[in-house]
Amino acid sequence: MGKGMTSVTRKVLMALSGFFLLVFLLQHSTINFLSVISPDLFDSVSHFMGTNPVVQFVLQPVLAFGVVFHIGMGISLEIQNNKARPVKYAVNKPGENASWMSRNMIITGVMVLLFFLLHFIDFWFPELNTKFIKGDMTGLNEAGHFRYYEELHHQFQNGLRVGVYVLSFIFLSLHLMHGFQSAFQSVGFRHNKYTPIVKKLGNIYAVVIPAAFIFIALYHFLNA
Amino acid sequence: MSTLDSKTPKGPLKDKWSTYKDKIDLVNPANKRLIDVIVVGTGLAGGSASATLAELGYNVKAFCYQDSPRRAHSIAAQGGINAAKNYQGDGDSPYRLFYDTVKGGDYRSREANVYRLAEVSANIIDQCVAQGVPFAREYGGLLDNRSFGGVLVSRTFYAKGQTGQQLLLGAYSAMNRQIARGKIEMFNRHEMLDVVVVDGKARGIIARNLVTGEIERHSAHAVVIASGGYGNVYFLSTNAMGSNTTAAWKIHKKGAYFANPCYTQIHPTCIPRSGDYQSKLTLMSESLRNDGRIWVPKKMEDVHAIREGKLKPTQIAEEDRDYYLERRYPAFGNLVPRDVASRAAKERCDAGYGVNATGEAVYLDFKSAIERYGAEQAKIQGIENPSKEKIIALGEKIVEAKYGNLFQMYEKIVDENPYKTPMMIYPATHYTMGGIWVDYNLMTTIPGCYAIGEANFSDHGANRLGASALMQGLADGYFVLPYTIGDYLSDDIRTGPISTDSPEFEQAEKDVQERINFFVNNNGSKSVDYFHKRLGKVMWDKVGMARNEQGLKEAMDEIKAIREEFWKEVRVPGTAEGMNTELEKAGRVADFLELGELFAKDALHRNESCGGHFREESVELDGEQKGEAKRDDENFAYVAAWEYKGDPREAVLHKEELEFKDIELKQRSYK
Amino acid sequence: MNLTLKIWRQNGASDKGKLVSYKVADISEHMSFLEMLDVLNEQLVNSGEEPVAFDHDCREGICGMCSLHINGEAHGPDRGVTTCQLHMRMFKDGDTITIEPFRAKAFPVVKDLVVDRSALDRIQQAGGYISVNTSGNTQDANAIPIPKADADEAMDAATCIGCGACVASCKNASAMLFVSAKVSQYALLPQGRVEAKDRVLNMVSQMDKEGFGNCTNTGACEVECPKGISITNIARMNREYLSASIKND
Repeated sequence: MGKGMTSVTRKVLMALSGFFLLVFLLQHSTINFLSVISPDLFDSVSHFMGTNPVVQFVLQPVLAFGVVFHIGMGISLEIQNNKARPVKYAVNKPGENASWMSRNMIITGVMVLLFFLLHFIDFWFPELNTKFIKGDMTGLNEAGHFRYYEELHHQFQNGLRVGVYVLSFIFLSLHLMHGFQSAFQSVGFRHNKYTPIVKKLGNIYAVVIPAAFIFIALYHFLNA
Repeated sequence: MSTLDSKTPKGPLKDKWSTYKDKIDLVNPANKRLIDVIVVGTGLAGGSASATLAELGYNVKAFCYQDSPRRAHSIAAQGGINAAKNYQGDGDSPYRLFYDTVKGGDYRSREANVYRLAEVSANIIDQCVAQGVPFAREYGGLLDNRSFGGVLVSRTFYAKGQTGQQLLLGAYSAMNRQIARGKIEMFNRHEMLDVVVVDGKARGIIARNLVTGEIERHSAHAVVIASGGYGNVYFLSTNAMGSNTTAAWKIHKKGAYFANPCYTQIHPTCIPRSGDYQSKLTLMSESLRNDGRIWVPKKMEDVHAIREGKLKPTQIAEEDRDYYLERRYPAFGNLVPRDVASRAAKERCDAGYGVNATGEAVYLDFKSAIERYGAEQAKIQGIENPSKEKIIALGEKIVEAKYGNLFQMYEKIVDENPYKTPMMIYPATHYTMGGIWVDYNLMTTIPGCYAIGEANFSDHGANRLGASALMQGLADGYFVLPYTIGDYLSDDIRTGPISTDSPEFEQAEKDVQERINFFVNNNGSKSVDYFHKRLGKVMWDKVGMARNEQGLKEAMDEIKAIREEFWKEVRVPGTAEGMNTELEKAGRVADFLELGELFAKDALHRNESCGGHFREESVELDGEQKGEAKRDDENFAYVAAWEYKGDPREAVLHKEELEFKDIELKQRSYK
Repeated sequence: MNLTLKIWRQNGASDKGKLVSYKVADISEHMSFLEMLDVLNEQLVNSGEEPVAFDHDCREGICGMCSLHINGEAHGPDRGVTTCQLHMRMFKDGDTITIEPFRAKAFPVVKDLVVDRSALDRIQQAGGYISVNTSGNTQDANAIPIPKADADEAMDAATCIGCGACVASCKNASAMLFVSAKVSQYALLPQGRVEAKDRVLNMVSQMDKEGFGNCTNTGACEVECPKGISITNIARMNREYLSASIKND
């Protein structure tokens, strides 16, 4: 991916897609958190998101593209970067000069990708099946209620699944720890006064968002 | 013995250069494309010359032994570059710069060259700023200046403690522009091993590719030697490990006279030697003497206590310290010229007052500067009744801003914090004023062969003032050689390409090859460094800061003996093919072993003290100047240019009489 | 102190190369790392073996010629120094020290610990200069005042010695810090602004051609840089590049 682009262009695009995904994560976690506060509110917002044509046919494809691009470019960069040092060091101490998070974005990234697959099987594929294959756009279950909260709550009854989710969000957190501030650096935003603030915000974001997701999963698991 | 013609233009000193430029022959741009020039060395002189000649249209082939032109040792110059800009309004002018340089050189330089240097100095700053050299600036956005030893004005431009680096990178960037255009063909990791003279003219060189080991022939219409000085003849010096005299020595052997080899600068502020394993010495910029005060203890018992570690220098009371430069030279104090400061340090250490284990170190103390700056800052920042700690903290900040990188370097090497305890310094070989003899055109006694920068002898006389080496290197390369070489090359527009198949090239290549074969097949028992260290010890002990007849005679014999042993016993592992660093060193040391003897011979013949050359037989015996160096203008106001005759001690002396029409010869007094 | 050295020996570019163990004795803590290698080489020469080839020249930390990856770090365990300024007091008696060449596709090994860094020169040739003639007939040096802060920042970027430690320590063997230092120096000075657009585009394109990896902002380069060049310069270069490619026609 990204053939013909220079290294700086790739880096900037990686950052821009990253920014986009940061916004998406914020939105996703906020809506999900509604399930803890008010199942009804969660249901109606979910229904809106699931059926609104703008969300469905504009934002969703853009999101899909953003995700695929970010992953594809990430993997392509990793391959290229590996080639830039064909003979490795016999002794290397990368931990002396760079954080684990910054050096292992590909690992945390791939773990999050694997989680995506599970997540799609859990939620997104059934959703597509219901809406576009069965053609049921009502968002109602057999009892005539909105089905969103119920489905969510149901998925988190499986302890193994919850465990996998929790672990995945820890990987997401590690990915964000570096990714958030790195994206700013990539687009050239760096300032003696503001960069420390960006780094702090990044750390807060990287803890709060995954923690919210973990909380939601555990909340539903424990409130059987 | 003959008298040499310097080809200095006639007319008043101030008009010589401009009149000269108006009258010389020029080469038209179309013809410049037909002319090749070889430049050996890519420091300030070689780099700037390569870039300028290429820009003018000549085809330049540039050579350096390092992996990139940017590594040349000009990069290590710290303090600054002089220029008669008079931005400070303190009375500076080209004439004053000229005067200071001639006086600082102890009246042993060629007047016309020095005036030209002073004249073009201002252009250098303009040029460098235009090409993006980030000189230090004041808050108003204009260029800042500092003061250097031996002068009474502030005319030194600087870029932190890395002025040489920034100027060299400027010249390197100008080269890069021409390399990209194809006007400079760059030969990195190549070492020139001989010059080829065809029909009496320099027409090319033999070079070894240091990666493949191949011997290559390169032809050109003129050859420019910009290979720097020969300070490594002392083994230990502030020069780079690879700095060598080979290019200069090879042209000397083919007919270029070597001038004033005994004029060597021993720089007063270097980090002292710590052991026998030492491979090189590190300079601490002279700019430190702006703010540092040099001293040793007054009492011998304090000296012993310090050496035994029982006493710290900071514990010695003010009245028990001997600020010997301030004591001996009240007018210039710590800012006396380098030769004077070095000898004064040697005098104290010889008297037993040296402050480290080897007895060869004096203190350079920043305490009073830190306190002075601190008090000043407290006032500026409106802090009332600041505590002593506060003043010191503020002062250290200012000192850090000025010399931070030097202090850091010192701490890394010595493992002591120079903000808290005085630095230890001792003189070390730093620069060689002597070099290949050149005329006003910078041409050697081989037609078509030029020498520029430290490689030539012309501008600094017997002692170079601080911040003048960078000035000379760039002046030669950017502004002088491009004119003078055109005058010579204007005769060559119809010559066409020079063939490398001539018998002269063949012979030169054969000689080079034979010498290399000798080294790799010699099977001796001792390493190259073994001989280099022995040579260095003889040079330092007997041809160092103070010299006398007996020592010099001994030195000549001892060097000859080392040389003879070298050719019998040197061991060079590996082969002639591929990279072989020992082989490279062997060739260089072989040349140092010849130069060393000529050096001693020159020092022996010059029975006077002048600048960096101090003969113990020639000192003032009484009066205010008692003990100071005594020059002998009646008998020695000339350049000693030596012609090679097969053995260094057989070299034949040629004199260039020095005339001073615009300056009165005086005893240098810094009292 | 007595040490065991594991040194990469490779006889020329086409040789495969391997780590070879050597012992050195009586090393003083005041020696520089290269002086310690001098001791080893003297030992090797005296026993008729070929000494270890390594690049070095000024030995005062400014020429940028020395390199070496020592015990897993470019220029060894100390900070803010090149290998020639690294002193043996950083090591302990009995230590085993592994010494490898700087590794990158763009830095092929020439021999033993010597690598070819001419890729960095070629990047400079692609635009690391201001196109003014060296005639000296430019305007007066004080004609354009430059804010002290800008001049100082340009100077900080310009201190790069081109040693390649940034490439050697970057997990991606990226040369971004090196390139951005030059781009920044000129971008911060009015003299350099004139060609800023072409410069950054051309230098980045040459950097990619040389086979360096991509920057992933790990920051390892600025930690290992002996001259403390900051990755602020990389951000500036990204900015310059963005604006240049948007404006480019």
